[in-house]
Amino acid sequence: MSEPTGLAWVALSFAKLLAIFVVYLGTVAYTTLAERRISAWIQDRHGPNRVGPQGLFQPIADGIKNLLKEETIPGSASPWLFVLAPALAFVPAFVTWAVIPWGAPLPTPWGTISLAVADLPVGFLFILAISSLGVYGITLAGWSSNNKYSLLGGLRSSAQMVSYEIAMGLSTIPVLLLAGNVAMGDIVAQQQATSWNAVLLSVAFLTFLVSAFAETNRLPFDLPEAESELVAGYHTEYSAMKYSMFMIAEYANMMTAGAFISTLFLGGWDIPFTTWDSTGAPSALKSAATFAMLYAKTLFWLFFFIWVRWTLPRFRYDQLMALGWRVLLPLLLAYIVLIASVLLALDAVGIGRGGAYVATLFGVNVAVVAVVAFWLDRGRLVSPAASRLQVQELERLRQVAARRAAIAAAGSRGT
Amino acid sequence: MASAYLPVLLLLAFVIANAGLIIGASHLLNKRRPTPEKLQPYESGIAPLGDARDRFSVKFYLVAMLFIVFDIETVFLVPWGVLYRELSCVMPRLADGACPAGAVSFFGLGEMLVFMAILVVGFVYVWKKGALQWD
Repeated sequence: MSEPTGLAWVALSFAKLLAIFVVYLGTVAYTTLAERRISAWIQDRHGPNRVGPQGLFQPIADGIKNLLKEETIPGSASPWLFVLAPALAFVPAFVTWAVIPWGAPLPTPWGTISLAVADLPVGFLFILAISSLGVYGITLAGWSSNNKYSLLGGLRSSAQMVSYEIAMGLSTIPVLLLAGNVAMGDIVAQQQATSWNAVLLSVAFLTFLVSAFAETNRLPFDLPEAESELVAGYHTEYSAMKYSMFMIAEYANMMTAGAFISTLFLGGWDIPFTTWDSTGAPSALKSAATFAMLYAKTLFWLFFFIWVRWTLPRFRYDQLMALGWRVLLPLLLAYIVLIASVLLALDAVGIGRGGAYVATLFGVNVAVVAVVAFWLDRGRLVSPAASRLQVQELERLRQVAARRAAIAAAGSRGT
Repeated sequence: MASAYLPVLLLLAFVIANAGLIIGASHLLNKRRPTPEKLQPYESGIAPLGDARDRFSVKFYLVAMLFIVFDIETVFLVPWGVLYRELSCVMPRLADGACPAGAVSFFGLGEMLVFMAILVVGFVYVWKKGALQWD
């Protein structure tokens, strides 16, 4: 398996980049439609269905409309920063996915190439680093607008994103403990050799998922935009294409988050219950099938983001901060120590990769999830306080009825 | 290995060009008819009161400072996490990833426990001081 060199390598890199960019833009465009159609479906209404069959041309119509609409720049805004902000949100959103391997290596006449735009040795640290740059665009948008809603939205967003970045970073440490490397290819290979990290590290998977929602500003963590409090948050003053760029960046970030979760915890491009995709010589068919697999996993997460939006109510800001700093941070620190200890214990009894390894880690995770669920629940669902309340309520009603009967009896004796 | 970063630069240049193109195209294509009302910042339909760039809660600064401390901690955990499998076994691992009998080392875990203990002291202090209390 030789790798292409020289000019062929640069050309192939550019071709990969262009192909994935087009896939991204197409998916983002149709996620905006999917968001509206799925929202409509959940709320039992039609949603946009007039432009083309089933509203399929709606994203194109929206794009043209946004390009031609009048855009306003408030007189009191800082014009340069105001124009720069959407670009600062847009650029990191489309650079983060460079390291995600979208499928098994593809053989070409010039050599075998990886399906990641850049197979960097720093691996997912690149994603964490670049995605945190997105906060500059949002904060700057809020500040440069010189609008109170925008400023508050921008401030909330920056505090929220930095808080959950810690939880997100710490959730990836257990993955490192298992994979022993930050490179995305090694993490996928480790999951193919043992089991998906969602099984081995369920707690980290769940905390990572929660942080991903907070990092992409999606409900239940959409406080930077919170329609009922801040109009539209940091992009209140934005119109036409600049507004559209924030939306494109948000959906691109959602897609990257979906692909990132899938790669770290759901085996990446691994097709479950088969070893055909990861063994033997690379072929175009394998590349296509594994790409379709990761794409399907990413689409599932996009659907999940939209689904949760209409399922959970929005957090209060103090609840959001408490969850990030007082629940996720100590939980993850304890979890990292626990996983490191379990790995050491497995070494001490001489268990290598295999059934016992997977079963032990899964058992530990189930135990931790049970304890944490019980602790966070504080007797609300697991031991339903609601049912106890109903008993008390019933007792109170019984007493009221008895008192009324006694008064009625006394009244009838009196007359 | 530095050449591995070349596609990232390529991508960065491509995306910046795209962002410039989008902003430029929309700037050229749309007509602007500004009026004094249109240029006011939006404040739920009433005339804006004062400047938006006022003082804001000190809590936001506090979060930013705490973030630096704990994010750097995360950064310190990354190299430890990468090397943990090697630190906890003094001999080369077997083919299935198991450690040969008697070669297990507590060095990696011990070092991290010391680091974490120091950090937890700070975390408890910050918690007790009420820096994590948002109201």
